[in-house]
Amino acid sequence: MGDAIKHGLLPKHSKVSQKERDALLEQFQVRPQDLPKILKTDAAIAHLDCAEGDIIKIVRESKTAGESVFYRTVI
Amino acid sequence: MTASTRPSTRIPDIPAVITRSLPPRLREELENASSGLNGAGKKQAEERINAAYHAMQVEPGESVGLVAAESIGEPGTQMTLNTFHFAGVSEMNITVGLPRIIEILDGRKTISTPMMEIFLKKPHNNGKNIRELAMQIKMTTLQDLVLAFRTNLLENTIVIELDVKALERLDMSAADVQKPLGKSFRSAKISRSDNELTVTLNPTKGAPINEIFKIKEKLKGVHVKGIKGITQILPIKRDDEYMIITAGSNLKDVISLDFVDSERTISNDVHEVRDILGIEAAREMIVLELMKVIETQGLNVDVRHIMLVADTMCSGGTIKGITRYGIIAEKSSVLARASFETPIKHVFLAAMAGEIDQLTSVIENVMINQPVPLGTGLPQLSAKR
Repeated sequence: MGDAIKHGLLPKHSKVSQKERDALLEQFQVRPQDLPKILKTDAAIAHLDCAEGDIIKIVRESKTAGESVFYRTVI
Repeated sequence: MTASTRPSTRIPDIPAVITRSLPPRLREELENASSGLNGAGKKQAEERINAAYHAMQVEPGESVGLVAAESIGEPGTQMTLNTFHFAGVSEMNITVGLPRIIEILDGRKTISTPMMEIFLKKPHNNGKNIRELAMQIKMTTLQDLVLAFRTNLLENTIVIELDVKALERLDMSAADVQKPLGKSFRSAKISRSDNELTVTLNPTKGAPINEIFKIKEKLKGVHVKGIKGITQILPIKRDDEYMIITAGSNLKDVISLDFVDSERTISNDVHEVRDILGIEAAREMIVLELMKVIETQGLNVDVRHIMLVADTMCSGGTIKGITRYGIIAEKSSVLARASFETPIKHVFLAAMAGEIDQLTSVIENVMINQPVPLGTGLPQLSAKR
């Protein structure tokens, strides 16, 4: 599947495991379709081999909080 | 839209949500500052910091979007309407100020002044051969290399007299020009003698006589060297290294060059960044570009407002502008959409489709004079079954 693209602008993307996924949806009381989206064809997740409905965890370097975690659902 | 957009069946466990740990930077600072304290003191310090941190977080029901709109809108009125002239060199114009802000927020596909900042890998960034590297990037068309075109209507030929000096500057030979020409005009025969290229057209019967002139104009635009789209180059020194600023943008081709530092090179075209690096990089770029404009105008807008706008624009996986075709079209409420622009069109279409407005958000409730779900209007009662 190739390697992840490296770029200063690009935060780390990773696929959320089934266990983490259940905990996440339970904690925030959301359905996967309520989360922000990321396209299946997005360049940043090309190496992750994602299917529709997977949740991607994104760890951003935040200007205000040092580090912030963001989730997107693959569509 | 269904009623379940507003989950009311179960209330989230409040402690689990609000007792999330401190952000890493704060935790680190706390660690350093409390290193001299004993166990009990440490715990007390942590509790105090935790309480203070959570007290200053935005509360549920706060109208952050409205606050962001005001915070960006008010300083926006003081912005100048100008394009910035780049230090007199090579006439590079860059859109800044309000036009640039509007361009970004609208999510325009074609921006008025695309540009790139190209960083170079070591050892290329020491500036020794910066000219040559820059010339490799700049797009050269045949027009830049030609002294004269001579058309011969009788023989159906165009003779191209090449500019030897221009070729030398680019370290090219006449053969290097012949190749791309041959690729672009497969039907024509191209021969070379010294510094003259002769294009012989296929004599097609009944071809209008002005065909040859059309071909001549087409020849001028043939891309012979460099990267498509990069119209101007400007090598500069920033901090301790040399880099290249360009007018025109082609991120994909530029970062695949072996002397370019592909991890830092950026384009100011957010759509291009999205295509090449993904939605998260584009979000970051929107924040950076907006903050850059705001700061150069001497204004002060908190980055949190900008981040909220960027998050909203990028939440669908593609970049959507703050326009009636972009994020406004995503709204589930008919009345909310109608309140933005072209109200009659929206009401009309909704009526034809038989849309139902659940009145779950702010603007539609303002319109019908009902309490809005904001602040103290947000909580609702839910019964435990």
